[in-house]
Amino acid sequence: MAVIEVQEVTFAYGTRPVVEQVSLGVESGEFLGLVGPNGSGKTTLLELMIGLRPADSGSITLFGDPAQASTQGDRLGYVPQDVANAKDEMPITVREAVRMGRYPQKLVGRFTDADRDAVESALQRVEIADLADRRVGRLSGGQRQRVFIARALASDADLLALDEPTVGVDAESREAFYDLLNELNEDGMTIILIEHDIGIVTTHASKIACLNQELFFHGDPEAFVETNALADAYGGSQSILQHNH
Amino acid sequence: MIIVLSLSTATDSITEVILDDIWGTAMDALSKLTGIDMFGFPFMQRAYLAAVCIALIGPLVGSFLVHREMAMIGDTLAHSAFAGVAAGLFVNATFGTNVPPLFTALIVAAVAALLVQTLVDYAGAYHDTSLAIVLAGSFAVGSVLVTATDGGIAVGINSYLFGSLATVTRVNATILVVLSLIVTAGITVAYRPLLYITFDEVGARAAGISVRRYNQLLAVLTAVVVVAAMQIMGVILVAAMLVIPVASATSIRGFKRSIMGGVCLGLVSTVAGVTISYQYDVAAGGTIVLVAIAVYIVGMIGPRARNSLVSEHTEGDSATVTGVNAEGSDKGE
Repeated sequence: MAVIEVQEVTFAYGTRPVVEQVSLGVESGEFLGLVGPNGSGKTTLLELMIGLRPADSGSITLFGDPAQASTQGDRLGYVPQDVANAKDEMPITVREAVRMGRYPQKLVGRFTDADRDAVESALQRVEIADLADRRVGRLSGGQRQRVFIARALASDADLLALDEPTVGVDAESREAFYDLLNELNEDGMTIILIEHDIGIVTTHASKIACLNQELFFHGDPEAFVETNALADAYGGSQSILQHNH
Repeated sequence: MIIVLSLSTATDSITEVILDDIWGTAMDALSKLTGIDMFGFPFMQRAYLAAVCIALIGPLVGSFLVHREMAMIGDTLAHSAFAGVAAGLFVNATFGTNVPPLFTALIVAAVAALLVQTLVDYAGAYHDTSLAIVLAGSFAVGSVLVTATDGGIAVGINSYLFGSLATVTRVNATILVVLSLIVTAGITVAYRPLLYITFDEVGARAAGISVRRYNQLLAVLTAVVVVAAMQIMGVILVAAMLVIPVASATSIRGFKRSIMGGVCLGLVSTVAGVTISYQYDVAAGGTIVLVAIAVYIVGMIGPRARNSLVSEHTEGDSATVTGVNAEGSDKGE
């Protein structure tokens, strides 16, 4: 079953086109790696897919509903760009942040035992239960990533969208983080990952989408390595950069 | 006409219950118990009531503003509230009506809050420019209105500019209590979405939370706090209570606990400030802000001084301190 269905979607910031005529589907249980040069529209496409932006044309469905009108926010876990450096001074604890996973289902009202259990087991699943009472702002980049994953797990999400999650994270934590993503994927979590390190994506993802405004490739990692899609997409970007300067 | 009459009777009876039956009785008892006359004076009782309300609602709303780096919105809305006060006094002077200036201040500040939020939505971020335009524009309207009459209202406006214990009339005290209840209820109901948005705005949108609506709510609640606190703090200093106690409490671990910490530190500042202000006959708003800043400095220096003492004297604890520092430094990797 398709979790996300993108059909002939186009989006522009003002007159500057960012995503052009992109069509692709994300199946349940898939691990999709979204690659492309800087400024290629990866983040915008991800935002379109999860309903954060309206498309100029084309259609996008998320969990079977139009993405913009989706009411199933609790099924989606989002890990934003640059969490490693954000909100240092906010005195929020790890547990407080993970509890947010329950908020879409419970904006007001007391937490039940089921809510609390979901939070605790999410903390244990990503191995940060011992950090629960620490401040998020005092954690390392790798630990912070896990807080966001735990938040998604607490909400019983079955789709995880990550935008360059390991920027500012050391190599060792990064490796452990991608192993965790693979484990979650094996347990049935659908994952969409934006990542600039193509080696990592081809190792961990089950599908690759290569984007530079247009979709240059969509298929298996093995096939991706063999095609010229990468050179085409990145070569395109260099000429675009030259035009701009 | 009947509705207006019954409304004003209802307001009178609420005023009596709050000011005389509950707060007045408690403060009279405190005055007898401690032998301090000041607690027994009705106007000081009202000032202390205002102090408690401001200490409660300032950090309650301010905690969300400070951690979203929106602290400046308090200042902007305070200046809009000033325009509102001027408009109320102007209408009263021109048409011989008797509208409480706090009501007009509330309306103008709430409209300005929505205007700022709209500008921000279109500009895409909390641009200083949007805030500066609304701030300056409001103050300009206020100053024009103040001078548009024969100077009669210029006298009345002074107490709102600088704040004063005497501004807290019975009506104003009741308005303040009601506004405080509204703010407390609003924050209680919207606590979770506001916390989510403050921590991770994009994540909140992805989770299906209506970020725009809660941003508007936060802006309007800020306007309410500003108007409520304006009578004692004065327009120019009112934003301080949204920011300083919150800043003093950021070292407390846990967002909810830091809000409570902010309220406690706010209480220390406002109650001490009102007391000192009466004792030495100086401006209440300024005194409160100076006490709040003193509390902030003590809070900032205190733990550091203790840490350095501890690390000099005990080896075990110095390891903990170093551990914390190391933790702070590795997040940049």
